Amino acid sequence: MYNDGRLSWFLKGVLALGYLFLYVPILSLIVYSFNASKLVTVWGGFSTRWYGSLFQNDQIISAVLLSVKIALASACAAVVLGTVAGFVLARFKRFRGSTLFAGMMTAPMVMPEVITGLSMLLLFISMQQFFGAPSERGFFTIWIGHTTLCMAYVAVVVRSRLMEIDQSLEDAAMDLGARPVKIFFKITLPLVSQAIASGFLLSVTLSLDDLVTTAFLSGPGSTTLPQVIFSKVRLGLNPEINALATITVLVVGTIVIVANYLMMNAQRKRDKAIAAAMRGDDADQQNGVGNAKAAVSLA
Amino acid sequence: MDLKRLLKRVKPGRGAVIGLPYLWLMVFFLIPFLIVLKISFAAQDVAIPPFTHLVSYGDDGTLNIALNLANFQFILTDALYADTYLSSLRVAFVTTLCCLLIGYPIAYAIARARPEIRNGLLLAVMLPFWTSFLLRVYAWMGLLNQNGLINQFLMATGIVHEPLQLFHNDFSLYLVMVYAYLPFMILPLYSHLVKMDLRLLEAANDLGARPLRAFWKITLPLSKNGIIAGAMMVFIPAVGEFVIPELVGGSDTLMIGKVLWNEFFDNNNWPMASAVATFMVLLLIVPIALFHRFETRQLEGEKHV
Repeated sequence: MYNDGRLSWFLKGVLALGYLFLYVPILSLIVYSFNASKLVTVWGGFSTRWYGSLFQNDQIISAVLLSVKIALASACAAVVLGTVAGFVLARFKRFRGSTLFAGMMTAPMVMPEVITGLSMLLLFISMQQFFGAPSERGFFTIWIGHTTLCMAYVAVVVRSRLMEIDQSLEDAAMDLGARPVKIFFKITLPLVSQAIASGFLLSVTLSLDDLVTTAFLSGPGSTTLPQVIFSKVRLGLNPEINALATITVLVVGTIVIVANYLMMNAQRKRDKAIAAAMRGDDADQQNGVGNAKAAVSLA
Repeated sequence: MDLKRLLKRVKPGRGAVIGLPYLWLMVFFLIPFLIVLKISFAAQDVAIPPFTHLVSYGDDGTLNIALNLANFQFILTDALYADTYLSSLRVAFVTTLCCLLIGYPIAYAIARARPEIRNGLLLAVMLPFWTSFLLRVYAWMGLLNQNGLINQFLMATGIVHEPLQLFHNDFSLYLVMVYAYLPFMILPLYSHLVKMDLRLLEAANDLGARPLRAFWKITLPLSKNGIIAGAMMVFIPAVGEFVIPELVGGSDTLMIGKVLWNEFFDNNNWPMASAVATFMVLLLIVPIALFHRFETRQLEGEKHV
């Protein structure tokens, strides 16, 4: 009687109210982005004029370009470092300094950004004093800051996926004599590819959205999109920002939903294949242990 | 001798794999904190960078170490700082509590929904989290404004005749804080509730426990780790939150993140900002350790299920 999946009226009401709370502000943003009036909350008829003026705003366009560049660069670096870190946490478990390492992996996720931002800035200032580099704040310093923040998230996603999957695939390959590097690239990496993809996506959105750390690490010539938005909304409501928000919600929403759909499908297939392979189901052995054996036969 | 033994023990490949992320975090996460600590003992100076050196060589060949304790003295004695820290902790605590009270039923409902729609429901919670934080805060500015949508609605329906002051006060601060941090609470709660063995509830039911009692005695204790992980995930960043108090809080809202920001960007007082940050880290060390413990426990728990 408890797991028939039918929700009581109370729980249905909770969900309805919860989603209302989450989505009403976003919907109001979207609706009022089509407002002809300059006063954002006073309806003055339907218009798309703010979208037009948004695309003519050079400051916003160049900020978008810079933010996208930083986001892609940080996400790439974060995926590499975060995957390695997640692998270390899941598979090596205890080593000298592992407690410190695990602590340093979780802390960036919750540490207030004013602290991480300030501390990283002071690091770069000190480095400049001692080594003469980095000579100025900008793309490079922001990239390092975002990478450090994002790699923690990637590591968590990759690690929890690694803990779910069966280590016996890797053990089997090891027994058959494959070298660790080969096992990692041929078996472990494909198994966590979905987790890496979602880690990449998460990193891109985190980086695109980051304001506080960026404010500390950016220089005069490098203003990212959140910084432009922040300086505008500090002065009050702004119809162009509504238009920008609508575009952001649509783009991000579409990407996340599509990516989630693709990942769930691929994951389901892979899990099924592994389960089949584990049962010794020969017909389904193109994945899983089949993969492991193929990898080892190449070795 | 010792080095040789160490090298033998640590295989070079393994060492490199651990070393890469380890070194990155040491250099870009841990060492920066030590620098913050160091600069919190400096004094503000008209120079680039705007603080004094702690160590200097005198003309007569002496090594002078000048530690400036004034920043900490000021923080400890000035009532405004004590109030700000307390107020930040209070805001973070109330936010966490509200997120828990709102987030728990939502997470529970999603976890008990049919498996086919669970993923969609969860995605709908996460979608606002994926879209911009800043824009979600901005959205509330349009709703809470003096002429905002909520006031327009209340006036149009005749519930109130004068626009309510909903904006730039504690109400708007707490509301938007809860709104922004709610997904962080729901996610860990959900991942615990969905793993729960429902046969326990059936057993309780068979033994005559009413649903509410079964919830209190079984579901709630079993989701304890999720509650703590979620609570810490909200509480810790909320203490240092800057954007929300700045955009929707009142002008008299005391938040430590705002103070740090002002000391740094407006007063150009980097040593004071560092001292404020040092104090905040000291306050947050215990919550962060708690978060770390329960986060790890959750991940390791997954393996045994």
